[in-house]
Amino acid sequence: MDKFIRINNVTFSYVNDYDDPPTKNTVIRGVSLGIDRGEFVAVLGHNGSGKSTLAKLLNAINLPETGEVLINGINTADEQRLYDIRRTVGMVFQNPDNQIVATVVEEDVAFALENIGVEPSEIRRRVDEALKTVGMYDYREHAPHKLSGGQKQRIAIAGVLAMQPECIVLDEPTAMLDPIGRREIMNTIKKLNSEGVTIILITHYMEEAAQAGRVVVMDDGKVIADDVPKKVFSQAEKLKAVGLDVPGVTELTHSLIKAGIKLPDDVITEDECVDCLYNLLKKG
Amino acid sequence: MIKDITIGQFFPGKSVIHRLDPRIKLLLTVMYIVMLFIAKSFSGLGVGIVFMLISFLLSGIPIKMMLKSIKPIVPIIIFTGILNLFFISSGDVLFEWKFIKITSGGVTTMVFMAVRIILLICGTSLLTYTTSPITLTDAIERILSPLKVIKSPAHEIAMMMTIALRFIPTLIEETDKIMSAQKARGADMETGSLIKRAKALIPILIPLFVSAFRRAEELALAMECRCYHGGEGRTRLKQLRTAPRDYIAVAIGALFIAAVILLNRFSPI
Repeated sequence: MDKFIRINNVTFSYVNDYDDPPTKNTVIRGVSLGIDRGEFVAVLGHNGSGKSTLAKLLNAINLPETGEVLINGINTADEQRLYDIRRTVGMVFQNPDNQIVATVVEEDVAFALENIGVEPSEIRRRVDEALKTVGMYDYREHAPHKLSGGQKQRIAIAGVLAMQPECIVLDEPTAMLDPIGRREIMNTIKKLNSEGVTIILITHYMEEAAQAGRVVVMDDGKVIADDVPKKVFSQAEKLKAVGLDVPGVTELTHSLIKAGIKLPDDVITEDECVDCLYNLLKKG
Repeated sequence: MIKDITIGQFFPGKSVIHRLDPRIKLLLTVMYIVMLFIAKSFSGLGVGIVFMLISFLLSGIPIKMMLKSIKPIVPIIIFTGILNLFFISSGDVLFEWKFIKITSGGVTTMVFMAVRIILLICGTSLLTYTTSPITLTDAIERILSPLKVIKSPAHEIAMMMTIALRFIPTLIEETDKIMSAQKARGADMETGSLIKRAKALIPILIPLFVSAFRRAEELALAMECRCYHGGEGRTRLKQLRTAPRDYIAVAIGALFIAAVILLNRFSPI
């Protein structure tokens, strides 16, 4: 069966026409990826690795220079199907303030549906459903600027969710949030994924990536690792070479292993770490 | 707190006036203005007063707010009052000293004009007191939509107003932050001459503008991601629907205008 999202040998450059002669900055250099329906993929990479650009290639905000991106078999370069693609792949950005359009929460969530031309009664139903999913139904008549960052970001997610997309791409959705907001968002994302929505989470928090089902690591416009989190994080040296850290607990166990203590080398969550240290101490 | 300022002073409520269709409310406001301008006598203005007071009482907005709305226009009332007093010479001369001449006609016109301006402001402020900015924007879009035939950008104007309203609190908050940041670096904004203080605003305005442009770009991207493509084929979550009470309200407004016209014919001044 063909993949839900297929990226075939894509390159992408930003061209700056204001320079004379125009300069070209290539940020994606031959990326190929396939993503199945219902996956939870985290994309890691330091600043400038091309991860945000990759995200924008998925819903035709950016079009590939060479190669092609297929969503459900639809080429993103097909202008006729532009809105089909944007409805299938929703996108949430970093700053919640800059993606909320309306002065009332429910009006903002309705924005995308109004654009697509959904019937008012159906809009009402989907808006309520989306707000309930992200746990913001009680705030439907509030003004967005009076909510916390995490709440605002959940409104932004609801706004995308109301379109009933099959996939949601989140571009560093937690970067501007406090730890509480970050936890709220991660819980929402996991809930959506468990309901069958494909999630592509762009992040630079290792702890968040560790919760995904698959981690793609990008460096200098190329994919340098693509595997389950345990396998990716066990290559601590490789990650460090491209300016990334491993989760704190992985770092700890790796240092202990180097010091000659027998521990598994694929620990990525705190619970696992606690368990294996407990077992170690009990034996010792 | 600078953050809590309200735009257009909207008081949420559930009164009859609040629940009127915003388009009808706009229409009634226009009718009320017409009423005031065609009134030629104090009895005609009296009809306007009755109309406004009934609306105020029905809306449940405290009368105090009505008085508050007059406050900023007091200088204008005084100014027009003085002009009318000195420059209109009709009727009996009440007072004369050198070139200053005050006539009974001048006094009557002064009072008449002052009452008219006060009524104008009180009545129209009731519109913003009882209608949220977003519904008002919506109503303006609907009213202007027939003009789309002649390529008037009704939807775009309404969208711009909505986004402006949405970002006012955000930008105020940002200004606050930038001011604190500049103060922390020793910027002095409170002392010195007016020109010096105006110059001190530059380091606040530049970062504010830069950030506003960045926000605009991101917002445009987010809107595109949510399939925004202008007003064409757009539906709305909240439909504006006229109810019987809207027609009753218009009928009452029309009756009041008729009353003013009748009074104009039968009473002198």
